[in-house]
Amino acid sequence: MMERGLPAWAQALPLAVVFVVFFIVPLLLTLMVSFWNYNEYEILPDFTARNYLEAFEGCAERLLAAPPELCTTLKTYLTTLRIAVVAWLITLLLGFAIAYFLAFHVHSSSMQIVLFLVCTIPFWTSNVIRMISWIPLLGRNGLINQALQQLHLIKQPLEWLLFSEFAVVLAFVHLYTLFMIVPIFNSMMRIDRALIEAARDCGASGWQTLANVVIPLSKPGIVIGSIFVLTIVMGDFVTIGVMGGQQIASVGKMINTQMGALQFPPAAAHAVILLATVLLVIWGLTRLVDIRKEL
Amino acid sequence: MKTVGQRHKVSRRSVLKAGGSLVLLGSEAISGFPAVHAQAPKVLRYLGTAVNQSADIAKKVKEDTGITIEYIPVTTDDVTRRVITQPNSYDVVDTEYFSLKKLIPSGNLLAMDGKRIKNFDKITPVFSKGELPNGKKIGDQGTAPKKVMFLEGQNSSKFAKSPTQWATLIPTVYNADTLGIRPDLIKRPIGNWKELLNPEFKGKAAILNIPSIGIMDAAMVVESMGEYKYPDKGNMTKPEIDRTMKVLTDAKKAGQFRAFWKDFNESVNLMASGETVIQSMWSPAVTAVKSKGIACVYQPLAEGYRAWAAGFALSKGIKGTAKADLAYEFINWFLDGWAGAYLNRQGYYSAVLETAKANMEPYEWAFWMEGKAAEKDIKAPDGTLLEKAGSKRDGGSYDERMGAVACWNAVMDENDYMVKKWNEFIAA
Repeated sequence: MMERGLPAWAQALPLAVVFVVFFIVPLLLTLMVSFWNYNEYEILPDFTARNYLEAFEGCAERLLAAPPELCTTLKTYLTTLRIAVVAWLITLLLGFAIAYFLAFHVHSSSMQIVLFLVCTIPFWTSNVIRMISWIPLLGRNGLINQALQQLHLIKQPLEWLLFSEFAVVLAFVHLYTLFMIVPIFNSMMRIDRALIEAARDCGASGWQTLANVVIPLSKPGIVIGSIFVLTIVMGDFVTIGVMGGQQIASVGKMINTQMGALQFPPAAAHAVILLATVLLVIWGLTRLVDIRKEL
Repeated sequence: MKTVGQRHKVSRRSVLKAGGSLVLLGSEAISGFPAVHAQAPKVLRYLGTAVNQSADIAKKVKEDTGITIEYIPVTTDDVTRRVITQPNSYDVVDTEYFSLKKLIPSGNLLAMDGKRIKNFDKITPVFSKGELPNGKKIGDQGTAPKKVMFLEGQNSSKFAKSPTQWATLIPTVYNADTLGIRPDLIKRPIGNWKELLNPEFKGKAAILNIPSIGIMDAAMVVESMGEYKYPDKGNMTKPEIDRTMKVLTDAKKAGQFRAFWKDFNESVNLMASGETVIQSMWSPAVTAVKSKGIACVYQPLAEGYRAWAAGFALSKGIKGTAKADLAYEFINWFLDGWAGAYLNRQGYYSAVLETAKANMEPYEWAFWMEGKAAEKDIKAPDGTLLEKAGSKRDGGSYDERMGAVACWNAVMDENDYMVKKWNEFIAA
């Protein structure tokens, strides 16, 4: 057992080292700093709950007040969560449909590769250029507004197309649907085609096959894709910043502002809270499907 | 099969050999002949924001002094962060005066000896005394450079009240900021800061999302509306911060702002696309909009300007080394005129006016610094046309613009509270 175990351990070692050095250690440092104190220009080793308490300062009173209102932190988390859920739902529907098409309707593998490449087009340009180029499309004098006005569908340009939650979700969908397509496609390709034939032979309709055969067997892909999309969107501050016109708060943006003011400990505290929230979501998702077993 | 294999072997070897000798050649070409060049290469690592790190300046420094400038471009926030957390990762830092309140206590900067700076006494009195060359006092609310420019002694971390031999920063570039407007879309004169929150421009205004600067612009607006007069806009009390943020929050909820911007290019795009018609702006951004052939004015306003200034500091890591000598050589070169003229031609101001003047054409000086109508077409350093002959600079001469400064970019004592309030404002 030992003899067979040793090479296996050696093989796992490089990844483990990378994992420890670049993931576990920074994470522990963040956790540590979140309990430190700070002043204008330095962080002071300490053990204080100040950063966590201040993060939720006044939240209880404002919730209990009449009329109840949300404190900044809760409001920001709710906005972030709402945007993440909407983006997740849309990428899931789109991603599932596209993956289904690629897996069951495109038969030649070279065509599948070509279509996959098409899906990666959003990543061909840099983030900044991509963001800036939304303005001529969605802006007040942009293509869409001009087209709608020329078709006499609207009189005034639609302001909510850009610098709004709509724009933020649109950008997320544009970027991250691919992260949904790939794992779902992967799961679908592993479905034994005989099962689908069997379902049809037993008289199942198309929808029944989808609901009772394809979706249950694609679950691991759906969960993995969901984890990708939710974790990326929850931590984002660049896309929300640019597409929201910096007017929509997100947890990432809040952390970014604090880091800019050299307030590392409260930024670390928010990072820990955000991490806990995301882990909770992922834990919930893995309760639905045992990924390890399915893989 | 055998012959093929052999042939392969031979060809692979010859390729390797050829490659090897190429690598040898290459390494010689790159490293030169160390025996001949005993002196260490003259290299300075220059930490700063990308806006100030011009390739033209680096090229000219190399020509004149042989010093190779290695730019380390990061954001304003990261400049401060690196000075505090990684003082050995750079030799010279280009930072803003308002950051000094955070940087000096960290002890990571080296006080600069005025005796080693050739033009030290010629640096404009805007920095040393807070007045124009003609003696007129200028606004000193916020972190005015004169408050933080000098230290009490070489190893002191206390700011001196009057000029000493020991400087914190040697000024490189400074300017007076105001609102940028699109005159073609507004179609009426704009004369006050309060127009930023005028409901007439609902959904067409923008402010910059850098809390310490954004709140000063907001304070200019509050004073302009006649709501409140601040003892010091650059150092508000908690109730003053609350009052200012409430004005901004109410405007945000009413849909006054189209967007907030943080990046130079964002501000250019907002204005050029017509998404906004009035917004906080930086001088070169206005120039960038104009160079697209779009009307844009850097509007002088009755309440005055919000000014900022940047300068060079040395890392304590180079104390007493040959690098320190290089840094002084570079800074002396910088104040010697070529760089000053280069900056003046972009609409910034340079620290030593007379050396810059000597490096500019008389018509350029008259346009940029004296506020006179351009005799000839005014071109940017890269040759693009900025202003046609006959036009005048927005805001007029150096004395008119710098003389109308109301406050300087600042870090407040209540910075911590202010950042919290700013996050609330963004979430509102």
